[in-house]
Amino acid sequence: MVLSLALIVSSVNCYAQTSTSLDLINNAKHYDGKTISYKGEVIGDVMVRGDHAWVHVNDGIIAIGVWAPKTMIQDIRYAGEYHKKGDIVEVSGIFHRSCPEHGGDLDIHASVIRKITSGSSVIQPISRKKVYIGVFSLILVLLFYALKKFI
Amino acid sequence: MIPKPQLNDFKNIGYYLGKIIIGIGLTMFLPFIAGFLLFNEPNPALDFLISANITIFIGLFLSWLCKTDKELQAGPAMVVIALSWLAAMALSAIPLLLSAHYKSFLDACFETMSGFTTTGLTLVQDLDHLSRTHNLWRHLGPFLGGQGIAIIAISFLVGGSGSLKLYLGEGRDEKLVPNVMHTARFIWAISLVYLIFGTLVLGWVGMSIGLKPKSAFFHAVCIFMAGFDTAGFSPQSPNILYYHSLAYEIVTIFFMVIGSFNFNLHYQVWTGNFKELWKNIETRTLLFVIMIVTLLTMVGLNKLGVYSDGMIMFRKGFFQLVSGQTTTGYMTIYAQQFVNEWGDLALTGIILSMALGGCACSTAGGIKMLRVGIIFKALRQDMKSAMFSPDAILVQKFHHIRTMFIEDKQVRAVLMITLGYLFLYGLGTFVGVALGYPLLNALFESTSAAANVGLSCGITDTSMPAILKVTYIIEMWAGRLELMSVFALIGFIVAFVKGK
Repeated sequence: MVLSLALIVSSVNCYAQTSTSLDLINNAKHYDGKTISYKGEVIGDVMVRGDHAWVHVNDGIIAIGVWAPKTMIQDIRYAGEYHKKGDIVEVSGIFHRSCPEHGGDLDIHASVIRKITSGSSVIQPISRKKVYIGVFSLILVLLFYALKKFI
Repeated sequence: MIPKPQLNDFKNIGYYLGKIIIGIGLTMFLPFIAGFLLFNEPNPALDFLISANITIFIGLFLSWLCKTDKELQAGPAMVVIALSWLAAMALSAIPLLLSAHYKSFLDACFETMSGFTTTGLTLVQDLDHLSRTHNLWRHLGPFLGGQGIAIIAISFLVGGSGSLKLYLGEGRDEKLVPNVMHTARFIWAISLVYLIFGTLVLGWVGMSIGLKPKSAFFHAVCIFMAGFDTAGFSPQSPNILYYHSLAYEIVTIFFMVIGSFNFNLHYQVWTGNFKELWKNIETRTLLFVIMIVTLLTMVGLNKLGVYSDGMIMFRKGFFQLVSGQTTTGYMTIYAQQFVNEWGDLALTGIILSMALGGCACSTAGGIKMLRVGIIFKALRQDMKSAMFSPDAILVQKFHHIRTMFIEDKQVRAVLMITLGYLFLYGLGTFVGVALGYPLLNALFESTSAAANVGLSCGITDTSMPAILKVTYIIEMWAGRLELMSVFALIGFIVAFVKGK
């Protein structure tokens, strides 16, 4: 009972203050080794390495690498790129200014990853305007190229 | 009396400029095709169709309007080169602007100048959502500009004696083989063979660290192009830190180093002359300089206890240092960490490595190892002559492909270019300080721009003043062309205004 209460309190605490990427990078010495909370969009590739994986979370400024057990990232379905809007997640974990386990990389070792919003595929219809301009300008170039020989 | 340029001179310049612009336009079909066929990104692909058509039309019109049979002379050739880099910047910025990932046309121009000059400073917004088609173009820029914009035209579009003058105007004064067109094609051959090899190796390493095959090979081709061509662009915002892999860093270091080697040295090695690798003044100077700046940086990092572990300090320090020395600009730390954590001494080591740069006739920028080596040898000769009798005849030799004697004329030319670079580094620093940035930060960013490096301590950002963006564009442009073509353009303008 006491243990479960402590867990609830600690999970509430770890989401209490969310840091931004700039805040973490600019004050890396201050946050080094501390438990922080960081929120943003999962982007790029989820790189699985053994029983862990690298996930990159971008808060709109820059992405920070998050090292997490594979089981913790099973909920992540969308990683942001041109065709996709990535899942929005909140990461709680230990921040490392220079991680001794990962060659001195600045990273976060996740203890909890909570999916806040699910991402989605981004369907972008072909722009008719671009098609018209593209085809028209191509005809113009070919016409000019042909005429150039006679002028 | 300065002779005023005649109509024929303008036509001559316009004709060759038009040809080079056509070449730039044709290269835009590569991302157009890749966007449609490989990436399934029709809208970004259409951006390139539109931009290619606009560029080719301008090129065709200019070469038609200025059609001439007059042979291109050395002076106008340099003006053509200077203008063609500006034209490449502006026209290649069109597809980037259409991507809606750049806040202004100036930002897009900054990006393309940074790419073509193999600098790698970036003003892109939300890079992690940029289409692969546009990303390919960002990385293709360094691959084209690294080899030389005029090299494209010389290889396929421009023949005759004009091609030699264009080649020399692009900051290259060494021919690998007697014929300049063959030289241009050999440079392409070397680069393409390395491209295939580099893509395969990086793609394989990428898959082994958890990237999916398609993604691994896309990253591989981008990282290779920006690494071998010493640009430092990357498809994701954390740059090389994204991969969290020692293997990826080691392979990247290898391609950065060979990319900073003289193409003439590549030619010697390719033709079996492996001894040249050790005998050449440039490789020796490069090794010596890397040892000095590594020592300086490590002492600086160690003094402040930036990294708790010696191996980690070496891994982080050496990567950033090689990246700076080869003028690539790849990073495995965040830009702000340079200023916040590294301290003045380590930062000075990086600034020194960036300022001195890679080898001559390569894709690297900076003062260049050949010049540093010659200055060092000339200094040694002067010191010796001060010690010996005034009647003693002292000669100083150096080996670069063949053994040569150092002449005063040569030393003077080397010192002039070196002074020019120092002026450029100072110019950007002055503007940065005048705008309120700290001196060391301003010097770091300015050296990075003028030496075509791309490492950033955080100044380069869309919010920086437009005047600083323009200053860095000028520095990147003048630095890549080793100032001579820029001087020729200024001289041409002066002659037009004041000449009779």
